[in-house]
Amino acid sequence: MSNFFEKSDLSRNDAEGIISDTLKKCDDGELYLENSKSESILLDDNKIKNSNYSSDLGFGLRAVLDEIVAYSHSNEISKNSLQQSSQNLKSTLKSAKGIYNHEIPKTNKKYYENINPIEQKTLNEKIEILNKVNSYLRTKDNNVKQVTANFLGEQKSIEIIRSGGETLTDIRPLVRFNVTVMLEKNGRKETGVYGIGGRQSYDSYLRQDSWKSVCDEALRIASVNLESKPAPAGEMKVVLGPGWPAILIHEAVGHGLEGDFNRKKTSAFHNLMGQKVASEGVTIIDDGTIDNRRGSLTIDDEGTPTEKTVLIENGILKNFMQDRLNARLMKTRSTGSGRRENYRHIVLPRMRNTMMLNGNNTQEEMIKSVDRGIFAVSFGGGQVDITSGKFVFNCTEAYEIINGKIGSPIKGATLIGDGPSILKEVSMVGNDMMLDPGIGTCGKAGQGVPVGVAQPSILINKMTVGGTKL
Amino acid sequence: MIKDQEYLSEKASYCLDIAKKLGASDTSVVVGNSISETVNFRNQKLDESNRSDNLAVNIITYIGKKKSSISSSNLLKENLDTLIEKCVETTKKTPEDEFNSLPDKDLLAKDVKDLDLFDDTNIKNENKIEYLIRLEASASSNKKIINTESSFTQDKSNFILANSDGFSKGYKSSSYTASSVVVAKDDKSMERDYEYTSRCHFKDIKDAEELGKSAAEQTVRKLSPKKIESEKISLIFDKRIAKGILSTFAGAISSSAISRGTSFLKDKINQKLFPDGINILDKPDILKGLGSRSFDSEGVKTNTLKLVEQGVLKDYLIDTYNGKKLNKKSNGRCGGTSNLYFDNGNISYKDLLNSKSKCLYITETIGHGSNLVTGDYSVGATGYLIENGEFKYPINEITIAGNFVDMFQSITLANDLEFEYATNSPTMMIEGMVVAGK
Repeated sequence: MSNFFEKSDLSRNDAEGIISDTLKKCDDGELYLENSKSESILLDDNKIKNSNYSSDLGFGLRAVLDEIVAYSHSNEISKNSLQQSSQNLKSTLKSAKGIYNHEIPKTNKKYYENINPIEQKTLNEKIEILNKVNSYLRTKDNNVKQVTANFLGEQKSIEIIRSGGETLTDIRPLVRFNVTVMLEKNGRKETGVYGIGGRQSYDSYLRQDSWKSVCDEALRIASVNLESKPAPAGEMKVVLGPGWPAILIHEAVGHGLEGDFNRKKTSAFHNLMGQKVASEGVTIIDDGTIDNRRGSLTIDDEGTPTEKTVLIENGILKNFMQDRLNARLMKTRSTGSGRRENYRHIVLPRMRNTMMLNGNNTQEEMIKSVDRGIFAVSFGGGQVDITSGKFVFNCTEAYEIINGKIGSPIKGATLIGDGPSILKEVSMVGNDMMLDPGIGTCGKAGQGVPVGVAQPSILINKMTVGGTKL
Repeated sequence: MIKDQEYLSEKASYCLDIAKKLGASDTSVVVGNSISETVNFRNQKLDESNRSDNLAVNIITYIGKKKSSISSSNLLKENLDTLIEKCVETTKKTPEDEFNSLPDKDLLAKDVKDLDLFDDTNIKNENKIEYLIRLEASASSNKKIINTESSFTQDKSNFILANSDGFSKGYKSSSYTASSVVVAKDDKSMERDYEYTSRCHFKDIKDAEELGKSAAEQTVRKLSPKKIESEKISLIFDKRIAKGILSTFAGAISSSAISRGTSFLKDKINQKLFPDGINILDKPDILKGLGSRSFDSEGVKTNTLKLVEQGVLKDYLIDTYNGKKLNKKSNGRCGGTSNLYFDNGNISYKDLLNSKSKCLYITETIGHGSNLVTGDYSVGATGYLIENGEFKYPINEITIAGNFVDMFQSITLANDLEFEYATNSPTMMIEGMVVAGK
């Protein structure tokens, strides 16, 4: 555990005094302290291109009054610096008349171990694996023209001190291993990307040469793309594979169900609570409590224990995801969804692991039922305009479906749909739910946070596929 | 107050000394400080204030051809000592790479040009609030606007880049940014759009009323959009989207993408990628330019580059490492382009709109659909249908797709270039792209 006051002229007592003084007439707020260590090692173009270590230490002082958030942060943990921040907050919230809400639920659960993954494997061991990845891929297929592989490891220690001295802490490990491979054949180039990760040690993912399966998957995707034809353009049926394609759920409905957009009535979902927003059989949850998952958190960045939040149950909209501020203003409770990228940022309601639960259909049934459409197996990034509800994502592995059979692979195309109506177009939900491999980062208001997704295969009746073949 | 040159230089030279003592043969260090103050308004009321004071150090140590780096926000001596020791130790264990080195000494910038990038004006929070009140009043005066979120940010920063070859230079810069994101609603739809202004000097930013009015008008215009049939059609890209296509081009000619072989523009030097009359320039010494700089992130001097002349690709964006790989000298583009722009075309905006009986005008794209390896492009889009030069109705939930190789050959530019951002383009038409709709 980090002792944030050890090498500072600021004592814990001083800090508590300043916090309580700053927040006495506010509705909420806290001092958030963070110490993070991260490491990145990159192999690219046959060489170890980069080995970087970084350490970041800082605090953010937040005062919340009614709808107003005043925030000040610094990477200097000192008496002077905290007092300056306090002054800054007080000058914004001049006539504060709030009542500080001390209530914060407690938890004894932990969803990951107190480890520092960076220290659990030596630099030489990591470099050795990256070099093996490179030679394995280049030996396996002569068409391999470029290999990029990297390790990203992080340990983040946080401490939250609330008015009155209540203290909450968490230590969060996070690792990621990624492989990108580019093939060139007859003058044509295509890439394949695959990765794994979560809140465990590297060895939990890389035991017994299991890095090979990551390489194989990246190579398989690249090889499929090398044979791809131009994608069709227009509206058609779409079958989504299980696992990572659930970023469709994340983009299409996840963001629109975050508390802030609904309090501000800028989400297309803000007036649909209790109403049918999806086909029967569609249940979507956002779960921060799955052991060792990338999107899991023991407590959120306001100190609230995370939970399994039911967003849509059998087609009916049940809950939004809330941090403390939006929960208070919407007269509900925090769902433990208050997150921030680091101490430089304010808390926002965010997703954790967003999952669509199993139905009764099989993927075979779905494909058989499609006369003309596409089967999308893997995606790159996605994006949503939560106001108009329109969202997109990019296929990185997809096939055409003709008369109930999977045909040729098609080039990467963007798919576009309408969030509030897309889930009503879901006509089959599979029984093959899968978690993603642990690689997602969600961006909102300039802040990136690690998230997870999961879903079974699903059949969507109508989506626009952005290919070039009319 | 941001840290002065003296404080930053002292820290930088401390790092260089320690690294040398611990066995680094070469070292490069950046010490920077930035202070950013933001006030956010929502529906004409104060919503958030945010002050951020960031101090950061980045150090690269070399031992011969071995290299490693560290970064930290903690500049206390004992922390720097520990980190530099870790960096040097890591360097020893990192395999050699023959192309690793500091930049050639004769390419380093000799002086820091005065490009007028710093404005000493301090806009206090109450003055930011005053600006935002006027901005939001103007945006909200339109009855169809149901939500407004606006912000004003003042950024001040200072840095020193130093290396063990004796380079040690830096300079202050500032920016003032105001933005407004508004939501409009009618009985059929809800739409969002934005407007923003960003300048090095406070007096150059757009007027608050004008900004609010423009954000509101652009948003209201998008209400009740239609989806159109899939077809092959000419597209006109609004300036704010056209500059994105220019950025994609810049990504594809970066020496890193070229040397790694992962760009669709590899081996295309001296080939004609665009029609006659198309010129692309990167000009680092524009006074008060948002992308202006005296040297790149390695200290290499920057001159104006004519990347494309009369449609022909003339140069890549080259840094030291990838330059050595490609057997070329760095042209001072480590960290990317400076003020990148397409020269004006020969046709007015109005004539461009009139040049087709039917086309689409694209105002926003979403998604990350640019593939630099293949040149394939496919993104979600929002815009308007234009018939005989007139805006007919808004459209959305469509995608636009093509391949950059074909798209570049089919570009026509208007003559309405303005320097609003670091990367700028006149309004752009690209013929024969595929739109997927119904």
